[in-house]
Amino acid sequence: MKKLTLALAAALSLSTAQAADYVIDSKGAHASINFKIQHLGYSWLTGRFNDFKGNFSYDDSAPSAAKIMVTIDTDSIDSNHAERDKHLKSDDFLNVDDFPQAKFVSTKIVDKGNGMMDVMGDFTLHGVTKQITIEAKKIGEGKDPWGGYRAGFMGTTTIALKDYGIDYDLGPASQTVELELHVEGVKQ
Amino acid sequence: MKSRWPRLVVFLHWITAFAVIGMFASGLWMVDLTYYSDWYKTAPHWHKSVGLLLLAVTVLRLATRAFTSRPPSLGTATEKKLSHFGHTLLYTLMIALFASGYLISTADGRAIDVFNWFAVPAVGELFNNQEDRAGDAHFYIAWSVITMSVIHMLAALKHHFINKDDTMKQMLRLR
Repeated sequence: MKKLTLALAAALSLSTAQAADYVIDSKGAHASINFKIQHLGYSWLTGRFNDFKGNFSYDDSAPSAAKIMVTIDTDSIDSNHAERDKHLKSDDFLNVDDFPQAKFVSTKIVDKGNGMMDVMGDFTLHGVTKQITIEAKKIGEGKDPWGGYRAGFMGTTTIALKDYGIDYDLGPASQTVELELHVEGVKQ
Repeated sequence: MKSRWPRLVVFLHWITAFAVIGMFASGLWMVDLTYYSDWYKTAPHWHKSVGLLLLAVTVLRLATRAFTSRPPSLGTATEKKLSHFGHTLLYTLMIALFASGYLISTADGRAIDVFNWFAVPAVGELFNNQEDRAGDAHFYIAWSVITMSVIHMLAALKHHFINKDDTMKQMLRLR
């Protein structure tokens, strides 16, 4: 019995690496979705979306087989200002009543080496879906002190608000928003 | 010896009447202002300042009412009941308006500046999405206040022109 088990284990470890599944650690808030946009061309206005969840599958030996999916509660936008957040959630901008979620689903990953990769996928915001590319980088992975295994990445991308039907006039310096995502996943 | 409305009550009533109309109009107008309007920042600042001052006026008015007598209520028994109910409702809706407005701007812990005189501190976020939910409440309660005010005005005019009694004259301090 023991020989059989050992043989099976050996056979499994020699087979093609399976991308491991990770759940983004929203519970422990070891992930964040941040944005920044110019204010009048005079400074950067930053904020984040507090509530989101997602998962990804990834394996070092086959990075281009990786996948990621993230769903964001748009009404969790937080720019540290109640009146501004109220305005952003209204139908002048995000219209969270009609569009309570934003979503990103990856369709293709291009491995650029050294832990860098381009993550292409469909981003849905304000009810509009567009293909975007997130420039991503693996930060690290390994065991944690509590019996788990984690992998973490960061990614940036820039979107134009008008592309998603958000056309409130914020001025010429504020046509695009930079998104910066930090995710740490717990291996399942 | 017939009692009359105290002068202070009459004064506060009319200040409130003009303020309520102005606040409703400015509230509806200011939320449609764009980034590039000169009034984008000023209108909400004045709206909040006047709102908080009106809260103080209303508290003073209720305190005065508690310690003074009023002239007799005129009209039929049913009218007196409806009048009492309607006025209580108006006071209640006003208080709800002050509370909901306050909760919008203070949801992030920030105080509200009353012109450049003083600031009213926040009690913080009491519930999720406070600025939105208090905002919705503020909007619907504002419409209720204006509707009740119109009914209130029409009722006063009815007493004056149809019943030809002293109701309006009392609030104009002519009786």
